[in-house]
Order: sequence, then structure tokens, then C-alpha cells
Amino acid sequence: MSVPAEKKEKVSVPFDYNKYLRPNKLPHIWCPGCGHGIVLKAMLRAIDKTGFDKNDICVISGIGCSSRTPGYVDFNTLHTLHGRALSFATGVKFANPKLKVIVVTGDGDALAIGGNHFIHTCRRNIDLTVLVFTNATYGMTGGQYSPTTPMGSQATTSRYGSIEPPFDACEMAKASGASFVARGTAYHTLELEKTIHEAIMHKGTSVVDIIDACPTYYGRANKFKSATHMMEVIEKENTVNVKQADKLPPEKLEGKFLRGVLHKIEKPEYCEQYESIVMEKAKAK
Amino acid sequence: MADRKKKFLQGNEACVEGALYAGCMFFAGYPITPSTEVAEGLSVRLPKIGGKFIQMEDEIAGIAAALGGSLAGLKSMTATSGPGFSLKQECLGYACLAEIPLVIVNVMRGGPSTGYPTGPSQSDIMQAKWGTHGDHPAISVTPSYVQEILSETVRAFNLAERFRTPVVVLYDEILGHMREPITIPAPGDLEVIDRMRPECKSEDYLPYDEKYEVAPLAPFGAGYRFHVTGLNHKQDGFPTNDSKQIGANNLRIMSKIENHKEEIWKNDELLLDDAEVAVFTIGSTARSARFAVLEARKAGIKAGLLRPLTIWPFPEKAVRELAKRVKAIIVPELNLGQMILEVERVSGAACEVVGINRVDGEPITPMQILDVIKKYK
Ligand SMILES: Cc1ncc(C[n+]2csc(CCOP(=O)(O)OP(=O)(O)O)c2C)c(N)n1
Ligand code: SF4
Ligand SMILES: [Mg+2]
Repeated sequence: MSVPAEKKEKVSVPFDYNKYLRPNKLPHIWCPGCGHGIVLKAMLRAIDKTGFDKNDICVISGIGCSSRTPGYVDFNTLHTLHGRALSFATGVKFANPKLKVIVVTGDGDALAIGGNHFIHTCRRNIDLTVLVFTNATYGMTGGQYSPTTPMGSQATTSRYGSIEPPFDACEMAKASGASFVARGTAYHTLELEKTIHEAIMHKGTSVVDIIDACPTYYGRANKFKSATHMMEVIEKENTVNVKQADKLPPEKLEGKFLRGVLHKIEKPEYCEQYESIVMEKAKAK
Repeated sequence: MADRKKKFLQGNEACVEGALYAGCMFFAGYPITPSTEVAEGLSVRLPKIGGKFIQMEDEIAGIAAALGGSLAGLKSMTATSGPGFSLKQECLGYACLAEIPLVIVNVMRGGPSTGYPTGPSQSDIMQAKWGTHGDHPAISVTPSYVQEILSETVRAFNLAERFRTPVVVLYDEILGHMREPITIPAPGDLEVIDRMRPECKSEDYLPYDEKYEVAPLAPFGAGYRFHVTGLNHKQDGFPTNDSKQIGANNLRIMSKIENHKEEIWKNDELLLDDAEVAVFTIGSTARSARFAVLEARKAGIKAGLLRPLTIWPFPEKAVRELAKRVKAIIVPELNLGQMILEVERVSGAACEVVGINRVDGEPITPMQILDVIKKYK
């Protein structure tokens, strides 16, 4: 699928995705036009920028279309249970803090069934990068409404329009204690790459809420003409970069999601706290 | 001279000693009566030796984090009781299919639901076998004494590591909170098994290599970049829809246990050689049974006791042989009849099988068992 670039940036050397993919595990399961593949590519470019060794990277997911990502990438990879990615990831990271752990999770996976783990992971501020693929639906099970489905939207379980107010994953992450909170979209793919890179480099729980589209279910049910139409409406027109937001009058911001880094603070990280406080005091006793 | 400390410990504290003896370096869990002392003990001890302790937000997160710890290469454990054991079931099945070594301690309390948190029970025997969905292997060990909680916890780790599977340590509230003098074994006294690690080149590594019954498991981060999933998978760890491979793998995770039952079974026998009536039971109930059997002998009744320390896989061979030799097998248990179903299944019509059951939060007394034994004078 061709992605309309917001600003035509020149990429001089074509990026070699095969360096990080498991080519014999392709083709992937995603539908034509699904946003998840665009996010995967941004993630790989961001990882490449970090320069980390593939052996030191661990990609962990729950269950859902988005959570199939680990199977395609050549790292230490773990596809867990619906909602539990962050708990498995906490175990892996805490057991071996040298690993760079990236969690790939859907909006349903992270915010519904895994909501409690999401809150407490952020509260601990353990050094994980959490990429939430927010497509406002349960893609894998066929398009039921999710915790980010806008009110009034159609889904296979909201045939009369959803009456549930949606979550804002960023507000939730910030309120729960995450030290890095950002938002990106599949449409703004180069910006997303930068944001994910910054999230990985940040020490502590880094949450990136990534708005992407499920044309197959959300798109069809809500009368979008095409995948690109969805990207234009949901990802481009409905979001504003946080840096530009200051210059805009409030009425222009109403109902829009802010993109970019929304919250970044220095805060003690869980594994380091354990080593410097718990282990030190335990040994002295 | 080996240094063997004597201690006066509670069952749950002995479990902590057993875990540390076995080399446990990771614990994640959520507090629940009557298992909490296991978590409390490890929260003090693990950081002293460089191990990791974390209290998670619920039992699901507890077992999931422990599985993550195990995949990162540390011997891992979680501990819980009834309601928490129910919450852990989905992850327990994940450990079976993904073949991740893990020890799960379940200190049984009265149920169903919140039930009787401080009362003893043996009502999770079937849950330990059938609690998670799908056909899956199950190993559960069932100590009866505080000293045995230590040694059976060590054995649970050994079985988990040897077979790359979750192992449940099952004991009741009485044992969890009972204090007895015990000896802490010196290094070398008890066998300690570590999982097999791969020695091949990373490009040749298959996490579920069919060459092996139990394939070597690399820790994440050691240069073997492999995939783990709870989907049916091939020997390379990646999901498959091929019915042949799905069938073969589902059978293999069963047969790796089935084929080694002799190695996993462990029974303690008391006066069974000439017994005409036998008692079959576990945990604290086996202590009452022991007393009852000795009293019966004093009264001239040829009674004996078969006490399995491995309840899953079920000790079929021992029960089948016993059923041929005795008039009756009495099965006392703190539930409404769980183990007895297995005893009946295995013994067929070879002998009478009689249950003694109690679900009022009180233990089964020696006299209750003796009264039934006396019927077979
Ligand atoms: C315990 C459990 N409940 C329900 C399911 C069914 N299920 C699988 S994926 C999914 C929703 C996935 O939605 P999301 O996390 O948003 O990912 P997406 O497919 O949209 O990328 C559900 C409900 C499951 N696998 N496990
Ligand atoms: S169902 Fe939706 S989320 Fe899933 S792959 Fe298709 S487009 Fe993507
Ligand atoms: Mg979704």
C-alpha cells in the first residue's frame, strides 16, 4: 500500500528491513491496508538507529493482530497471552535488566484485558518500551468495539453505535506514573520512527500510543472509502503535533489527539531501585 | 563436615528453604492466605543472594512474570492458594505448551470461592490436573511433613527443569502453618537438576527440537534468537496450522511425562506387605491415616497406608497392584471425592473403594479413619 508522506523527506539509502525480519516467516497475516505493518517498519528503523545488538533485544506481545509482530522480527521474541504481555515482559526485564525489552500490544490487549497490568507497569516505571497499536477495534476477533472505539462508532458488538466513552492511553500512562509518554500515527511514519527511537532510549516505562487503522473491520463498519481515506481522516486530520498545538486556537484542537512526546521526566527506574536499595540493604542485614 | 542447620519451621518457611536449595532466583506473586509466608520469606532471602523478588498486581501477573523470569534463564517460582490458583490457570497451560520450567506452590484452603481462607482443604487436587483448558501434562507433588515440603519443593524444581514443564507443589493449610523441627540439607545432600542448555550454533538451534524428548532451552539474550508462542507450533517455535505437526506436538508434550512416570512417581508405604485393608491419602490427611493404621494394627487389624508424594501423574501402578491384594482401599480426603475417582478408575472392581470426606474446614481425624478401617476386621 502506498503511504502518502506528510512531508516528502528524502531517504537516500533504502532501508534494509531484511536485516531485522525473519523473511521465511512472511507473508504476514495482516490484511491489505492494515496499519500494523507500517508501525512494524517504523519500529525496525527506530531499533536500527539505537545500534543495539539483535541478541540484546527482546520483543514481547500479547494476543491480537498487532501482537503477531514478534513472529516476524529476528530478536528474542515472545508471543504471550491476551493482556499479559506486560507481565511477562516485567519478568524478562527484571530477571535480565541487560535486555532491551519492547512490548507490542493492541488497544484491547493493553487497555481492556491487560488494563491493570498497564497501570502497574507504568507505576513501577520499569524500563520497558510499550507500543500500543490503537486501531479502535478488536481486529483479530472480527471487529468488536474496544476501549478506544469512539462513541457512536459501529462495531460488530455495537450495531446501534458505541455508548462507551473511550480511553486515552496517554493520559492513563501519565497518571499511572510512566516517565515517557508519546503518541504517533502510522500516517506520520517518519515522526513515528523518531518517537519510538526516543522511547527506546528513555530509561523507565515508555508508552507510545500509535493510532493506526483496521480497514477490514473498523473501516468497513464505519463507511470509510478505503484504507488511505481512514489514514487521512483518523490519523492526519484528527491529530495535531504537540509542538504546533500551542500556536493553534482551542477550537482547532477540540476532539483532536496530540502527537509527539507528551510527557518526559527523569524518575527512578524499577530494576535500578531494586539493585541499589533492596539488594544493598538485604546484603547489609 | 557438612553444615546441617536444625530449624523449627512452618511449612511455608520450609518451602522457602527448599526453593533456595534448588537454586530458585526469581519469585513473582500476589499475597493470599494461607500461602503468603512463602512470598514474605523469599522477599527477604532472594535479594541477599542476587535473586529477584517482585510482588505483582494480581496472580495472573505473578505467574506471567515468573514465566518471563524463567525464559530469561532463572529458576522461577510463584505461590498462591485457591482463588489465586484459579486465576493462574491460563498461564499454567501456556507453560505446558510453551514448555517453560516453573514451580507453582498451591497451599490449599477451603472453597469454593473465597470459602474458608484459614481452613484446610484438599479440594484443588483435580484443579491441579484439569484446571487449565486443553489436554496437557500435569505433575503435582504432595508432601505431608514440614521436612518433606522442603525436599518436595526441591524435587518440584528438578522435575520442572528436567521436563521443561510447570510443576505444582500441593499441600494444605495445616501443613503450611504447622511448625516442626527440620534439618536444612547441606549442599550435595539432595540432587539439584538444571535445565539442559543448548550447545549447538545459534543458527542450528530449535527450541522444540524433535530430536529430543525434552529439548534444551536457551535463556533469552544468550545469542539464540528464538520464538516462543502459546499457539500450536513447530519445532522451530513458530506457529503452524499443519494438523500433523499440531497432533504430534500435542502428543509429545504428554508423552515426555507419560514415558517417565516411573521416574516421577514417589510413594511412601506403611505396613502394606500383609495388609488386608489399605488407606490411600496425601498431605495432612496422611498423618491422621498413619496414626489410624498404627492403632488398627494394635487392635489386630492388618491395615496399611499408601501415601503418594506424586499425585499427578496418578500412581496407577501402585494402586492397581494394591487393589489386587486388599479387601478395601479407604480414601480419606478434605473434599467431596476427587482422588477417589482415580482410585476407582484404576482399581476397577478388584476391591472395595470407600471414601471419607470432610468440607467443614476441620481435618479428618485418626478416629474417623480408624472407624472405617475397623469395618474390615
Ligand atoms: C483470554 C482471552 N480472551 C479473549 C481472547 C480473544 N481475543 C483474541 S485477540 C482479541 C482482541 C485483540 O484486540 P487488540 O488487542 O486491540 O488487537 P488487534 O487485533 O486490534 O491488533 C480478543 C478479544 C483471547 N485470545 N484470550
Ligand atoms: S483485521 Fe484489522 S487489525 Fe487485523 S490485520 Fe486486518 S486490518 Fe489489521
Ligand atoms: Mg485493536
